Amino acid sequence: MPSSFLDFSVQIALLFLSATFLITVFKVIKGPTLPDRVLALDLLVAAAIGFTAVLGIKTGFTLYLDIAIALGLVGFLATVAFARFILARGQTEETEGGDVQPSIEAKEIVTESKAPAQKQTASKKTSTKRTSAPKPKTKKASTPRKTTPKAKS
Amino acid sequence: MIAALADIVAGLLLIAGAIFVLLAAVGLWRLPDIYSRMHAASKAGTLGSGLMLIALAVHAGDTSTTSRAIAGVVFFLLTAPISAHLLAKAAYAVGYRLTGESVMDELRKK
Repeated sequence: MPSSFLDFSVQIALLFLSATFLITVFKVIKGPTLPDRVLALDLLVAAAIGFTAVLGIKTGFTLYLDIAIALGLVGFLATVAFARFILARGQTEETEGGDVQPSIEAKEIVTESKAPAQKQTASKKTSTKRTSAPKPKTKKASTPRKTTPKAKS
Repeated sequence: MIAALADIVAGLLLIAGAIFVLLAAVGLWRLPDIYSRMHAASKAGTLGSGLMLIALAVHAGDTSTTSRAIAGVVFFLLTAPISAHLLAKAAYAVGYRLTGESVMDELRKK
């Protein structure tokens, strides 16, 4: 009875993890922006670690645990490298959903941080761009933001 | 008796971890912007894989395997917030917008 329950739960976990792989890979393909894709890759690494653990239980080889730890290290380093790359590259695609601010400012940010010589200059430029943004825009934008949650609740 | 109990506990941990990872993948599709998707993928994904590693530790019952699994869980719990924080910081500094339904943006400069 117990070992059959363990086999059953291993099958269920493999099924769920396969569905997770499928959903996440489609998110990597479709994801509208680069951070979405990086985040989906991060989740893919987490799912692969879980998959390795399930395989370790199913086959009885505990050597899979070392593979899982190494995979976690590689995934962490990959995410950090991708974050640095996003910071150096700048925003090149429009953000989906309701944009609070007009897209003119976003385009200005893109053109300004298009060719950053260093990472810190790019971040400084964007931050100064934020501070130099006119105030009435933010006030206009903040009024519908405060009304939407009240209307929901 | 102990082995049967360990099997049942390991099975329950496996199912719980797989459900967490699946919900993280669903949240990746359902949530509106990158910063809220990060909640699902970073927290639920790490918890799911950590639960499955603990299931492996419970099932093995070996000291070296258990200690390695605990070390792996601690490692993931330490590194996942760092990578998610770096990614969110990079995305915000570059200019990816919050969704229109956001209530507060505390990083916005006055």
